[in-house]
Parts: sequence; structure tokens; C-alpha cells
Amino acid sequence: MSGATKEAAVELRSISKRYGDRVVLDRFDLSIEAGAFISIIGRSGCGKSTLLRLVAGLDSPDAGTILPRRASETRGATARTRLMFQDARLLPWKNVLGNVLLGLASSERDAARAALSEVGLAGRERDWPARLSGGQRQRVALARALVHRPALLLLDEPFGALDALTRLEMHRLVERLWRMHRFTALLVTHDVHEAVSLSDRVVLVEGGSIALDERIALPRPRSGAAADVAEIEAHILQRMLSPVEEHAFVG
Amino acid sequence: MNRKAAWIDPISPWILPLLALIAWEACARAGWLSARILPAPWAVVHAAWELAQSGQMWDDVKVSAARAFGGFAIGGGIGFALALATGCSTRLEAVLDSSVQMVRNIPVLATIPLVILWFGIGEPAKLFLVALGVFFPIYVNTFHGIRSVDAALVEMARSYGVHGFRLYREVVLPGALPSILVGVRFALGLMWVTLIVAETISAQSGIGYMTMNAREFLQTDVVIVGILLYALLGKLADVVARLAEAWLLPWRSPHRAARGSAFSRVFKGLRANKAFNRQATWRGAKA
Repeated sequence: MSGATKEAAVELRSISKRYGDRVVLDRFDLSIEAGAFISIIGRSGCGKSTLLRLVAGLDSPDAGTILPRRASETRGATARTRLMFQDARLLPWKNVLGNVLLGLASSERDAARAALSEVGLAGRERDWPARLSGGQRQRVALARALVHRPALLLLDEPFGALDALTRLEMHRLVERLWRMHRFTALLVTHDVHEAVSLSDRVVLVEGGSIALDERIALPRPRSGAAADVAEIEAHILQRMLSPVEEHAFVG
Repeated sequence: MNRKAAWIDPISPWILPLLALIAWEACARAGWLSARILPAPWAVVHAAWELAQSGQMWDDVKVSAARAFGGFAIGGGIGFALALATGCSTRLEAVLDSSVQMVRNIPVLATIPLVILWFGIGEPAKLFLVALGVFFPIYVNTFHGIRSVDAALVEMARSYGVHGFRLYREVVLPGALPSILVGVRFALGLMWVTLIVAETISAQSGIGYMTMNAREFLQTDVVIVGILLYALLGKLADVVARLAEAWLLPWRSPHRAARGSAFSRVFKGLRANKAFNRQATWRGAKA
């Protein structure tokens, strides 16, 4: 891997995870360089969401180590890892500002307001989540994650339930905020196009291990219709659809 | 057709009761109804006026309300505290819940002979009966509310560093609150039922005493005043519970912005019961 000069934000060493008899991850190794935008793609059930839950500390692996160790860090406001879920998971009984302030002292009100205006929701502080559209709810969830100034932002298919146009807007927003705040972003998605247009590196997971690890050095912001984006996308899709024959060409 | 319905709509629920009242008054005046069986509506109003004037009615209402809400506070408080304990700890649930569910199947009113043996016929017996009647709906609904809080939200809050007491105050209790308030409304209904029975058995004051005393002297009009008082107090408790719901759960009807309209909406809701309950639960917000 070429990212050796940069310090690793997360390192997974020989991680194994099984649910009952089913082995989801089998001695899985992955190193994520600090400040990078990395996407993990794969079919449903390939273990990509499990991977994210392990990194987030929501589950613990059956074997192997995740660095940095997060045991002492996961509690309290010092945790520097934040997670965005597929559904926004806003508390319906808190207004928008209250949701962003979750886990913070009320003295952080100004920081929460600033985070909301960063995601384009200034002036909506007092609205109830039920009044917001799906895209707006995800924006609130994004503000809620960013107000903690995370070093690592984990995104668990957060755009999967949005319509195409809203999804494009969210892509641009996340990319802009990522470039502004320079956190490490780890995106799990089944959408190859999304992965290629956003990431520095795309990791394809199949059967609990890495099947393809592709670096994407295209200039940003990337146009979805550009030929170079489409080319890489086609390459990865082909690899996903016919794994055996293509395997020799990769790497 | 539509224009006709517009003016008939608001009064249509009142037509039948009004006709019944008129027929009742007419029958009483014509002498077809004995005042001992059913006195004329006007006589009932008159009796209520006299009781209110003498101040006796207010004393009885005060005593009854104190018993009702005293028993509610005791039984509801214990039920709420126990449900918090069993809802939050699976070990306590294993120890306590099946016993509570067993006792729940005994009708409260079936324990009256035992209660009289234990407490005699004084105030403690009445408080005990009301508290027992109120305990179960509060317990069951609070427990159910805590257990049905969306696990995904709890997981999210934990991953955002919310733990311990804060987790209960900010996530678990607000999530359980709709169910708890349903329990409160059930409990308020049961509160009056058990109180009526307790006061009818034996009492030296209260609405039940007033009606039983009037029965002795064949004052049917006063008996009916007592029954109407119970109905009125029961309705009042229900209205208060609904107002509390509108005030405590503003996020459940997000298209209503100002608080003023919240109250008017509740009063409309008293009739449009179905529309009030048909609202999507917040779990539906996932999509």
C-alpha cells in the first residue's frame, strides 16, 4: 500500500467476527490513513456494515485488534469517532437544535448553531424532526456528528434512502465539509458511483475479506458524468459482477 | 346537500340527548313518571342548585377528590417506580414481573371483603382500593413504554457519549412517555370506578355518602345529582389528561405550531377521538 508516509487513523489487524456459525469477517486487515476519504463497497451481507460497527465500537471483534484502542475513549465527550446511520436516528422529542446538542453541555449552543448553518439548516433550530424531509434529517445528523469535531467520521450508507437529487446534494455537502475540516471519512455503501465520486480509495469486500483495493487520484470536485469517473466505476462494477475471471488483472 | 350538512354538523351529536331530555321532562310533568323512579330534569337541576347553595355538595366533592387523587398518587407512584425498576433491569423483571402480572388478574373489587377485614371501613380502605386500582395500568404501560423504546435510538445516543442517568432522562423516558400517558388515562378512569364502589360501601362523607344517604330518604333527585357529579369529574380528569398529553408531547403533532391552537385542538379531539389516535407514531419517522 502506498499511503505509508501518512499516519494511520484506524488500523484493523487480523479481525475476525462471526454471528453464530456464519463467519462475517475472516482475519481482515485494513489500514486507513489519516485525513483520507475511504469507501467500503460490497454486496449486501458482505460484512461491510459489521466492519463499520466494529470500528465504531458498537460491536467487538471475536479475534484481532483495532488500533487505536478505543476502550477508554468511547465514553464521554472526548470520543473523536462519530457515526452517521442509514436512518438519521434523530430523537423525535427534541427539536433540531436539541438533537445536535445531544451529549453536549448546553453551553455548546453556539457551536451547534454554527454546525447547523454549515449544513444549510440555519433558522430551522426549533423545528421538530417529524417536520423535516429525509434529506434535511440527514443534514441534522451530519451537523450532530460534526459539532463534536470528529477525527474520524463513519458513514453507514447515510444516503441510501434519499432520492437521487438530494443524494447528489448530500455528496457535495459531505465532500465540502470533509475538505474544510480534514477529518478521516469512512463510507460504507453499495453504490459504486457514490464511492468513486467521493473517495480517495475504494475497498471492495467480498466473503469477509478485501477483493479489490483501488486508489482514485482524480481531481475534485468530480463530475458524476466525467469519463474518467465512469471508467473506474465500470472497472469496479465489472470486478464485482464477475469475480473469478477478473481477479488476475487486479493488483 | 353539503350546505345543509355545514350547519347540522356541529349540533347533530346533541339532537338525541336534547330530545330525550324534553321527552323526560314532558313525561314527568304529565305525571307518567313517579318522582321516586325518575324526577324531572328540572327537579334534578333544582336539587343540584340547593346542594351547591348549602355548600354541602362542595364539601362532598372535595372529600371525594382528595380520596381519588390521594389514592392515585400512592398507587400511581408505586406503579411508576416499580415499572422503572423492572423496565430498566432484566434481573428485577425476572424477580418481580411475573408476580405483578399474577396479582393483576385479580379484580380489584373482588378484594373488598379482605380490605374491610384489614382496614375496617375508614379512609385507609378507600385509599387502598383506589391505589390498587390505579397501580396496574400505570405499571403495565410504563413497563411496556420503557421496553418499546427504539433500540436504534438508544444505541445512537450511547455512541454519542450519553450514558447513565442522562440516557434515561433524554432518551428512555421521553420515548416511554406516550405509553405512560396512556396508562395515566386508563388509571384515571379506574380511579373513579373504584372510588365510587368504595364510597358506596360505607362512608361518612363524599359523593358516595351523599347518594347513599339520599337513597335512604328516597331523594331520587339527589341520587341523580351524585351520579352526574361522578360523570362530570371523570370527564374532567380525562380532559386534563388530554391537555397534559398535548403539552408534554408537542412533537407528536408537528404541524401544529402555536400552543394556543394545541388546546383548541384537544377540545375538538374530545369528539374526534379516532382522528386523535390515528396519528402516525414516531417510529414511522424512520422512512
